Formats: sequence, C-alpha cells, structure tokens
Amino acid sequence: MKPIQILAVAVLALGLAACQKPTQVKPDESATATTTDAASTSGLGEAGAGGGSSAKPLTPQQQALADLQQKSIVYFDFDSSEIRAEYVSVVAAHAGYLVKFPSARVRLEGHTDERGSREYNIGLGERRAQAVRSALMLQGVADAQITTVSYGEERPAVDGSDEAAHAQNRRVELVHAQ
Amino acid sequence: MLLRFPGTLRSFTSLALLACALLLVAPATEAQLRLDITQGVRDAVPIAVVPFGGQAEGAATDVAAVIANDLQMSGRFAPLERRDLVSRPTRGEEIRFEDWRLLRSDFIVVGRIEPDGTALAVTFELFNVRTGAALLAERLPSTERGLRATAHRIADLVFERLTGTPGAFSTRIAYVTVDGRPPSQRFRLVVADADGFNPRTITETTEPIMSPAWSPDGREVAYVSFESKVSAVYVQRLATGERRRVSARAGINGAPAWSPDGRQLALTLSRDGNLDIYTLDLGTQALTRITTDDAIDTEAEWSRDGRSLYFTSDRAGNAQVYRVVLDGARRAERVTFTNGYNARPRLSPDGKELALVTLDRGGYRIGVLDLESRNLRVITNARQDESPSFAPNGAMVIYGTRDRGKGTLAIASSDGRFQQRLSSDQGDVREPAWSPFPAR
Repeated sequence: MKPIQILAVAVLALGLAACQKPTQVKPDESATATTTDAASTSGLGEAGAGGGSSAKPLTPQQQALADLQQKSIVYFDFDSSEIRAEYVSVVAAHAGYLVKFPSARVRLEGHTDERGSREYNIGLGERRAQAVRSALMLQGVADAQITTVSYGEERPAVDGSDEAAHAQNRRVELVHAQ
Repeated sequence: MLLRFPGTLRSFTSLALLACALLLVAPATEAQLRLDITQGVRDAVPIAVVPFGGQAEGAATDVAAVIANDLQMSGRFAPLERRDLVSRPTRGEEIRFEDWRLLRSDFIVVGRIEPDGTALAVTFELFNVRTGAALLAERLPSTERGLRATAHRIADLVFERLTGTPGAFSTRIAYVTVDGRPPSQRFRLVVADADGFNPRTITETTEPIMSPAWSPDGREVAYVSFESKVSAVYVQRLATGERRRVSARAGINGAPAWSPDGRQLALTLSRDGNLDIYTLDLGTQALTRITTDDAIDTEAEWSRDGRSLYFTSDRAGNAQVYRVVLDGARRAERVTFTNGYNARPRLSPDGKELALVTLDRGGYRIGVLDLESRNLRVITNARQDESPSFAPNGAMVIYGTRDRGKGTLAIASSDGRFQQRLSSDQGDVREPAWSPFPAR
C-alpha cells in the first residue's frame, strides 16, 4: 500500500473505533446494573445449581442478607426525619444483622422529594440518614459499620410531582456492602 | 481533500466515516437551549433589526437574527418579524423612517459586514424611528468565527443605549443536564453562551452534579460531584479543562460560593450529619468554621464587600435566610420574615437585593428581596421554581423550573414583569448559573 492508503486505513480504523464507543456503553452499564442489584440472586443461582464441586451453599451471613434485602427502604413524612412506627421493625432487622456480623458494613443513602432548594434538600436527606444511623447505633451497631450519604432530591426513586411520587422519594435506602 | 480508500471498501467506508464524522461533530448529547416565545411581553418596545448587508440569506451566523434574539430574551424589546420588514436598508441614509413608523417600530438597527484586510468589520447604526435621530453608530472589528460575539456586543450596546443598563448578552451560563435513569444516568455540567448557543460539556458522570458557581473572573467554575459515590467540591479551569478537588472531607461537601476576590470558597460541610458553613482559603487550604448551630446551615452567598455571608438555615424551625458577619462574634441575624420557606439566596450585582426560593401560595417560586426595605416581591408563578441566578447586569434572573414533568431553564426580569422559557429537546436541564461580565 502507498503511504496515503496506509494512513487512510489507520484513520478508518480509528474512526470506526471511535464510532464503536457510544454503542459499547450500554452493555457495560447494564452489566454493572446487574452486579449491583442482583448480588443475592447470583448467590442463590450457584446454590441452586449445586452440581459443580466449586458451588457453595450460601453462608449464614449471605442468607441473612438475602432476607434483609426484601425490606431495605425506610420512608418518611414531608419535612420529617422521624422514623415512622411501621419502619421500626425494618431498622431493627438491619440492626440485628449488623450486630451479628460485626464485619458487615451498611451505607445509608438519604433522599428527599423534589420540593424546595437542592442544597437544602441535601441537608434534609442527611438528617434522615442520620436518624436511621442513630436508631442502628442505639441497637448496638458500631459507628464504624455505618457510612451515610445524602443525595437530596438528585436521585428520585420515581418520577412525578404528585404526592404519591413525593412519598416514595422521601426515603433512606440501607445498602449493604458485599 | 479526498482520501483514497482501498477499492472494495471505498464506498461503504466513506459512508461509515461520514456518518461517524457527523456524530462526532454534532454530539446529540449536548442539547441546545432556545428561547420559547410563548407570549408577547406587555410594554416590550418594538424594534426592527434589519438583516445586515454583506451577508447572504442563510449565512452561518445571521448577525441581525442573533441581535434580535438577544433583545427578545431580555423581555424589554419586541423585535419585528423578519417577514414584516418592508425594506432592507443597510445604512442610515437608506432608511425611509415613515415606512417604519407605519410598522409601529420605535427603533431600527441597520448594519453591514465588510472585508477589512484579512478580517471583517461590522458597522451598525441605531435610530429613533419617530424622530429620525441617530443614537449609535459604531464600526467593530470582527472575523468570520467571531461574528456571533460581535452580534452579542452590538446587542449589548443597543440595550445599554436604550435602557441605561449594560447588556449582558456577551456572557455565558453554566447548567446541569440529566439524561436517562440510574445506573445509566448521565449528569453533565455544560457551559453555553447566554443565548444557549454553543453548549460544551465540561464534565460528565453517572453520579449527580450540583451547584455550579462561577469564579469572579469568569475563568473557573466550582461545583459538586458525586462521581466518587460521595460528594466532593471541584474547581475546573474552563480554558484548559484542568480541575482540582478542593474538598472531599468525610460527610457532605456542598454549596460552593466564591468570595468576591476569588481567593476563598464558602462551603457546606458536615460533622456527624450536622451541616455548617465553612470558608476555605484556596491558597493556604486554611478552613474556618463560620456557623456552629445544630440546624441545617447551607447555601452560602458572599456580600459584595466580602465581609459577610448570607445563607439558608432552619434553626428557627423552617428554612429562612440569615446573614453572618465574618469578623468577631459571627452572630447570625435573620434576613427573611415573610413566607414559611426562603432558601438559596443569591445577591444582585449591586448588592442591594437577594434572589431566593420562596414558598408562595403553595408553590416554590423565585422571590427578590430588597435588603433595605425588606420588601419581598415574587417574580415567577410556577410551582417548582428554584436555583435563581442574577445576570451580571442585574436586569434578569435565570432559574430552573419544571415544564410538562421536565426540568427546564427560564428567565425572568428582575422586576417580575415577564418570564420566558429556555427549552431543550431532551433530558432535564437545571441549576443555571450566570457568568460575570467577561474581562475586557
């Protein structure tokens, strides 16, 4: 090939590589999506398969965690960081797990609905996360097991501006590290 | 220049390359904002901006259209529709004023673009249609690429001549856009010209970006990013894209605000969940705690003399704006008393007014508080208005609102006489921050 043709091929290869990039983003991201929310399901799958010598049953901790993750969101009233009576048992279940497994870690993610200013809502979300943190610590969870983050109104669980949407967005999510 | 591709591949690859090139040149991700003319503004002054001479119809930068759009955006002027222009004068002596009087145009702008050596020169004139008096006549050096900037400059000069206030059309806005849902959500920090043209993404991540703030010299933007899964404050230089993380302390790092001399940032940090305001010296890294209350203290804004901070606090039970003097006892005094919610204060360029978010008859709206009279006037009328930011000439406030379930930007005049939306085709657009005047 003449130099100009080699150059052309190189440019073409680069160009196509550049073109590939946007389309490759999606599979990557959906892969991370499944690893984050299906941590327990992949464990169950292995246990179910049962055949291979490498397959292991769930450890007691994994089993306890799988049960916990059915209920891992605490919802709040408007402009309130008080844990409602119906969620006391949810928090207690998480506290029980964290006390039983002192090496376990939980991340408390505080959220608000969309009303009001954004940085102020970061404060409200933090206050909710701290309310859950205090409740966990009162039940014997060590400070070092807990981290908090507030997303304010930046990560709504559902879209929409009606009260139903707002109620689902005022929440603390208890996210357990694997 | 034509590249020669090996035979069989040629047509296919050139098409593929062309498609790719188009994608690269015009990324669909950077939604351009445009002014939504939803209604005529009452009392807006009619003005004719005649297409400039020396420009073919459909030129890359239509100078007259850029000027007219700027004037329209201000809400103070109602430019005539192009189809209504009775003639196309390009210099003063060609204007037949009686024609324009019939069209009820109060003012007329004419001009032309001429080669000037290897560059261009743009000459424009502004006339009072009723009296025929010449109000402005200037010749501005320009280039093919600089024509848009020259058009904004002309709009600035016309605005100042007719209102007494310098125009703010040669400025920029920063804002945040959001597309998609987690985990493939995209947050982008975008900087665009004040008319929404030329949007450029300066940072992009799957985690939230918040609270962009311009440095006083307009060269840097501070903002909050959750890209490391927790909040941190960054300062990014616009010319180079180079950035530094200035605060990533345990807990919250939020609400950056530049001191007037650009040497310090006020920040919101938290210890054990309690948000307080601190100042960070960007040179020495010295951190000073300003508030100590166990309420939420956040959203600081510096006074023009740099000696005090306005901020939001719920120490009295609900969000209100307070002021703390930085020397001495640092005792906070309450600034807002009307309405049950006042937050996120932003000072007007003259330091006499605060734009803020106020709960007004059930809706979160933008209010402007006169600091001397303590009179609060509400200047918007939707239910979810937030993040006000004054234009550097004080005449307009840009803010975030919601339209058909989507975040969008809007502009209101500081006196509340009009609001206009800046809409985009995709995603949520939010948290606008208007730049200072460019250094001349």
